[in-house]
Amino acid sequence: MAPPTLRTIDYAILQQCMHCGMCLPTCPTYDTTKHERNSPRGRIALMRAIADGDLEITKTFADEMSYCLGCLACQTACPAGVQYATLFETARADIERSGVNQNLKRDFWRSLTLKLLFQRPALLRAAGAALRLYQRSGLEGFVRRTGLTRLLPADLRRLEPQAPTISPRFSNRLIAPVETPKGEARFRVALLTGCVQDLAFAEVNRDTADVLLANGCIVETPPVQPCCGSLHAHNGETGLAQKLARQMIDLFPPTKYDAIISNAGGCGSHLRHYGPLLADDPNYHERARAWDAKLKDVHEWLAQIGVRAPEAAPFDQPTTITYHESCHLVHGQKVTRQPRELLRLLPGVTITELPEATWCCGSAGVYTITQPEQATLLQERKTRNILTTGATVVATANPGCHLQVARGLTAAGADIEVMHPMSLLARAYRREQRP
Amino acid sequence: MAFTETFLQSLTSVVPADRILTRAEDLVPYGFDGTAAIKQRPAAVVFPLTTDEVAACVRLAHEAKVPIVTRGSGTGLSGGSVPVPDALVLCLARMDRILEVDAENLTLRAQAGAVTLKIDEAAAAHGLLYPPDPGSMRISTIGGNVAENSGGLRGLKYGVTRDYVMALEVVLADGRVARFGSACVKDVAGYSMKDLFIGSEGTLGIITEVLLKLVPRPAARRTMLALFDSMEAAADTISAIIAAKIIPCTLEFLDRTTTACVEDYAKVGLPTDCEAVVLMETDGHPAAVADEAERMAAIALEHGAREVRTARDDAEATSLAAARRNAFSALARRRPTTILEDVTVPRNRLAEMVTFIAATAAHYNLQVGTFGHMGDGNLHPTFLTDERDEAEMARVHQALDAIVTKTLELGGTITGEHGVGLAKKPWLRQQMGDHSYELMKQVKAALDPEGLLNPGKIFD
Ligand SMILES: Cc1cc2nc3c(=O)[nH]c(=O)nc-3n(C[C@H](O)[C@H](O)[C@H](O)COP(=O)(O)OP(=O)(O)OC[C@H]3O[C@@H](n4cnc5c(N)ncnc54)[C@H](O)[C@@H]3O)c2cc1C
Ligand code: SF4
Ligand code: SF4
Repeated sequence: MAPPTLRTIDYAILQQCMHCGMCLPTCPTYDTTKHERNSPRGRIALMRAIADGDLEITKTFADEMSYCLGCLACQTACPAGVQYATLFETARADIERSGVNQNLKRDFWRSLTLKLLFQRPALLRAAGAALRLYQRSGLEGFVRRTGLTRLLPADLRRLEPQAPTISPRFSNRLIAPVETPKGEARFRVALLTGCVQDLAFAEVNRDTADVLLANGCIVETPPVQPCCGSLHAHNGETGLAQKLARQMIDLFPPTKYDAIISNAGGCGSHLRHYGPLLADDPNYHERARAWDAKLKDVHEWLAQIGVRAPEAAPFDQPTTITYHESCHLVHGQKVTRQPRELLRLLPGVTITELPEATWCCGSAGVYTITQPEQATLLQERKTRNILTTGATVVATANPGCHLQVARGLTAAGADIEVMHPMSLLARAYRREQRP
Repeated sequence: MAFTETFLQSLTSVVPADRILTRAEDLVPYGFDGTAAIKQRPAAVVFPLTTDEVAACVRLAHEAKVPIVTRGSGTGLSGGSVPVPDALVLCLARMDRILEVDAENLTLRAQAGAVTLKIDEAAAAHGLLYPPDPGSMRISTIGGNVAENSGGLRGLKYGVTRDYVMALEVVLADGRVARFGSACVKDVAGYSMKDLFIGSEGTLGIITEVLLKLVPRPAARRTMLALFDSMEAAADTISAIIAAKIIPCTLEFLDRTTTACVEDYAKVGLPTDCEAVVLMETDGHPAAVADEAERMAAIALEHGAREVRTARDDAEATSLAAARRNAFSALARRRPTTILEDVTVPRNRLAEMVTFIAATAAHYNLQVGTFGHMGDGNLHPTFLTDERDEAEMARVHQALDAIVTKTLELGGTITGEHGVGLAKKPWLRQQMGDHSYELMKQVKAALDPEGLLNPGKIFD
């Protein structure tokens, strides 16, 4: 069955918004402009007008939905239980189908990224390796210094300095397909390595595996994993997202594991909703529901099984750490208490609360490319808030946030490190072995 | 004349074009406020930043005979900021600066678009409090609060918005700027014109700046939840606390349906198996707080409370109050359309009113969730329905009629804090009586002879 459009979606989902406005103060785009159109309430009103036939899907509507970060702060704030994530993805899919956004250049980039790279892990890794070569060879500095980047098309020029520094080795080289804990094995889990995480932060995956091993989990990490489909669903490619979800379920049969672990907020938020995504697929919907039940964010899982407190401190010096909440961890998955609890277990570490910890950093998938101005505004705001905490380490659990926050801090000349909570924990466990 | 291209052109000479919205996609979201089932697209929306810009827009609209609908954050619950056809919406959301906190005179001056919570936060930075705290305070504007004379959770002890307005700056219907009131604690020079503008719902002038009274932030507070197996017992408890000459700052009531919805959203540990929950709070000197809290708990238990729980700490107290603030929106979890009332009765008639509401809902076979500022006698029976179901909507209207009639019989009012707007218009004459009603229309005609300011609101 074709995925629903704004006109065919269950009208009750649209009607659920009683336009009380309680979500407005949490919406970063509304905060910037104070225009209703740029607010959750306004966007839902536009969607409802389209559903009612009072409005067509126009380029302006498409721009509006592109301006929306998809951060889901509104969904957390909404007392009425509006499923903004569903509406957002439906609207974006509708926009893709309508063709109002069509132009050749955009199509080329979409095909290259969504349809090619982010569907074929081997190709993605190859592209990543090429990018690393470029970064490492000195060519990067040369190209930038000599202004050769000016020869690149404008889009690519914007993208180029944003490309993450690529990991020297990807997860498949760092983690064996099956690893068993030293002591008693209490659980069997699957570890999802992600796309961006795998390319830019493969060592975070290694750290995650180590933490799971230290807590009695057998860790299975198949070397080649499909993309989870989150980027596709967010950008209106519902069909592709469904296809990828089926591949994932085939590779990780949920009955085989006690938990399927994600360590990236953005992926996890999508990964735990395969049930609704495949609701109309008679072959998969039951397995998809079982999958959703097994899918755990790594912090959530560790808190659930009772994590072992590390005996060693992660750093030589007493260290102040603050925690930035990835939107899709806090709003998408409602995991907010557990990462803090884990961080508090670290010896020699003081946790200070980050003002506006749940306010989006502007990373939001491809947002830095599609909406550079708003992305930068949010990045600068995040940096300012971090600087008030006096922390020397920012913990955050999503590769997009990681890159965005780190770049913001670098731009501000701040000597503050960004680390995944799993890396901090793994570091502490490793230092237990030191004499 | 009316809204024309020429008018729009003239508007761009006083406000830059990027602060004027005219596209359909921009206007659709201004077609409603927080009120259910009322919708009307305006012709344009303009965002002034200063009083001068407001005055200039109003002058032009006055010349061109374009109706003006003033809007803050559009959280109103009587349709007050819902546009009329061909209207210019003056949205003050960007006039949001807090201009001054005067800690010597305990006052705060702000532009009308400043958000209520930000005002209280600015006061708190000086150890002061701005008491009126409507459920919507995180987003409502002070201009909207003044225009509706909004109440809040602390109204019982601290009163409503009116009690904190010392002076107003207002743009009149023809674009002249006037100031009413002063920074003096006492001031009887002339008619109290500022009081006329408080609660005027955007029909007499556009409020552009406010001078507010602040009070010292209380040193202590205690928050409790009293749980009841019957709504009447809860209502009796409220009456008894008031009769015992205790003035707590908060006595808020949630019925079983509302409690379940709120708990479903906020997960703060509200019990979902009792018929009524009363949120009680007292604040002030620590010794007085301890004494009052004890007496309130005792009274509740005497009047049949199953249990009285005390919030462990400030954080829990705050989360309980925050959960209560979301009551109205949380009720929308149940059914697509939520139609809420704002009836208010003398406090010794509360039990009778609460019973009547439940009976009426049952009689018309409707789902209702009731909550409200019980200490103020202000109830919000909320019908959970579906605007697409015509038969059910007809029954809702019959039930509303019955509730209003009963309210007036008990010496109550059709609206305690949300204003008349469009939603309560049909019943106003009945409540006021002919002479008062006509006098009010004369006042409107004197201040806005062309009838351009928020036309059709309060009365036709
Ligand atoms: C979840 C929720 C909870 C609420 N809780 C409460 C509560 O506890 N107590 C309570 O009293 N109300 C409550 N309300 C109602 C509403 O929030 C208040 O009426 C509030 O004061 C409206 O502010 P606003 O800025 O949204 O005004 P709007 O809705 O934009 O406007 C309200 C009215 O004021 C007029 N107006 C706005 N600004 C100006 C101005 N500067 N000059 C002249 N006229 C102006 C408008 O024309 C309109 O008639 C609640 C609403 C919601 C959605
Ligand atoms: S999305 Fe939720 S919070 Fe926002 S206006 Fe709609 S009902 Fe209210
Ligand atoms: S997802 Fe984020 S940006 Fe989009 S409407 Fe919700 S709060 Fe605003």
